[in-house]
Amino acid sequence: MSGCHDCALAGRGEPKAITVALVGPPNSGKSTLFNRLTGLRQRVANYPGVTVEQHRGRVRLGTRGDVELLDLPGTYTLQPRSDDERITDDVLRGRMPGTPRPDAVLLVLDSTNLARHLVLAAPVLALGLPTLVVLNLSDDLERRGGSLDPAALAQQLGAPVVPASAATGRGIETIHEFLAGRLAVPARIPLPTIQNIPACRMWAGRLASQSTYRAPTPPLWTRRLDGVFLHPVAGPLLLLAVVLGVFQAMFSAAAPLSDGLESMVGAIGGWAGALLPAGVARDVVVQGAVAGVGSVIVFLPQIAVLFLFIGILEDSGYLARAALIADRTMARIGLQGKSFIPLLSAYACAVPAILATRTIESKRDRLATILVAPFMTCAARLPVYALIIAAFLPNTPLLGPVFGVRAAALLGLYVLGFLAAVGTARLLRSTILRGDRAPFLLELPPYRWPTLRSLGLRVVDRSRVFLTRAGTVILGVTVGIWLLCHLPLANGKAPDLSHSVAGTIGRTIEPAIRPLGFDWKIGVGLVTSLAAREVIVGTLGTIHGIDGNAGSTGLQQALRHDLTPGGAVALLVFFAFAMQCLSTVAVVRRETGGWRYPLLQFGYMLTLAYGAALLAKVIVG
Amino acid sequence: MNTLEDLPFGCDAVLDELALPSDDAARLMELGFFPGVRVVAVRAAPGGDPRVFRVDGAEIALRRETARCLRLRRRA
Repeated sequence: MSGCHDCALAGRGEPKAITVALVGPPNSGKSTLFNRLTGLRQRVANYPGVTVEQHRGRVRLGTRGDVELLDLPGTYTLQPRSDDERITDDVLRGRMPGTPRPDAVLLVLDSTNLARHLVLAAPVLALGLPTLVVLNLSDDLERRGGSLDPAALAQQLGAPVVPASAATGRGIETIHEFLAGRLAVPARIPLPTIQNIPACRMWAGRLASQSTYRAPTPPLWTRRLDGVFLHPVAGPLLLLAVVLGVFQAMFSAAAPLSDGLESMVGAIGGWAGALLPAGVARDVVVQGAVAGVGSVIVFLPQIAVLFLFIGILEDSGYLARAALIADRTMARIGLQGKSFIPLLSAYACAVPAILATRTIESKRDRLATILVAPFMTCAARLPVYALIIAAFLPNTPLLGPVFGVRAAALLGLYVLGFLAAVGTARLLRSTILRGDRAPFLLELPPYRWPTLRSLGLRVVDRSRVFLTRAGTVILGVTVGIWLLCHLPLANGKAPDLSHSVAGTIGRTIEPAIRPLGFDWKIGVGLVTSLAAREVIVGTLGTIHGIDGNAGSTGLQQALRHDLTPGGAVALLVFFAFAMQCLSTVAVVRRETGGWRYPLLQFGYMLTLAYGAALLAKVIVG
Repeated sequence: MNTLEDLPFGCDAVLDELALPSDDAARLMELGFFPGVRVVAVRAAPGGDPRVFRVDGAEIALRRETARCLRLRRRA
């Protein structure tokens, strides 16, 4: 097994790449160090069969060649209880299929919490791999009046020790020397193997005090800031302000970027169209592939802005406070504080939201969050909402010039999605996800300034994940749906949309959607919007032979002709509830490790959407 | 005052026993909540739940339902 993997690792003709594992407890700054060491030379994949992400990267050592660095999930012990911890344990023992046993280990510990983090040193050093103990956050330790003697600790542990700071780059030289195999290593000494945690902690405490460790004073600024951010009145208000700020940035700051990308995609389409000879191939490229990729790329600025903000919140330490404030409310609907940020992200797009649920350790809570996230009003619903609302509602002011009837309708749809999420979470808790839960544990790290470097890397990394994971699915599906709309060929020419495969499907499902007030044209739109919700706008445009965008007055007129007001409300409600997004289905399948939950979710949301749309049609008429 | 749930803010006490299933207890112990450790109640989230405790150099938030299961040693 290792033979073939070595070649893969060695990559571009190098004889054999050395693999080094990065191990450490959560909140030790392990990922910051990983980013510092590898920069952009990293990639993300999943471990086989589980939902844990595998981060790999290359460290450049100049003439010494490259080292492959593996960022393992954070763990306090090597007695695994969660998937994350099992992965760390398996990789370190060389039991993970497809991953070679590491040749060496970087053990990252938070030096401001040394005694507690040293507990991990005993089992890691007992593995017998060459290990460098990296005492991260050593600048914090000194600033807060703590100290320790690295040489004494190295002697106690029988392993080299380096005080470091992943944020400022302190100690990186020594880490490079270790990776290059040029660091003097003290004689290995046998360490006690202790199974029980209190005894292990006693040993670690003794070790720390023998290395003249002086613990830092509690972070004064964190105390003061928590006095404000967790204040009974000011705390929730500040959280609300932060949430609104993130939304504002997502929808206004990202909008010009999205517009820019959209026109760029248009230009590329025009250029490709001019280059290729007319025919089916050109249409597949221009109308299928380019338009399909374009429909994903326009969401990229929002995703990037969202992850920039999540990055600032997480790196600064505020995210944990947000989870703390939100926990009581989230607990009432059967979720927990850590579900808050993923659900918030789902207002941009459910795909990154579902990826963000990885911070939730409790499996049930994570599953519940994944299952309700697509009810949040994502950005892809907005063009659909905008079109229908503009077609059927006058822009009469209600409260001042900004908040009119249309804004009220839009707000109502947001509330509707939110209520569906709450109801579903409660339903899940009392049915398939019933039972005892693991206790909610939340560490509140000290506040820190986020570094630009770390934020930049995070945005690039998450954008890349979004583009590859969602992009490949959407690209495939849009090309597929384009083909459905243009086949079967009649005399070598694409048929009228009404006679295409998609049109036939639209007519076939017409009896089923007739009670909702939808005709076959809307039916075709429902089929094509499976790729991504906003695709229905373009589809309806194609059917009516009008340039399809939400602002198009021609399309609004056509819709008023096709739909009764009841049908319009039904369509809005349908889009609020249905899981019209195959990239979400794909991500849920990946994250839950099978088809069971995505199919359940799809069926449930479709049933709810149909029922609610029918109700709306009957009530409004 | 028998459990962490009732520990007043700014006060400290010694943890005696974790009345929790062993996996849950192990998780708490990894974070520093093991018998014999000194715990300080720091503050609560707005609304009073969860509560934040300082233990072994870190601040950890626990819901009341969990804090209730962490028994305190009686003072001599």
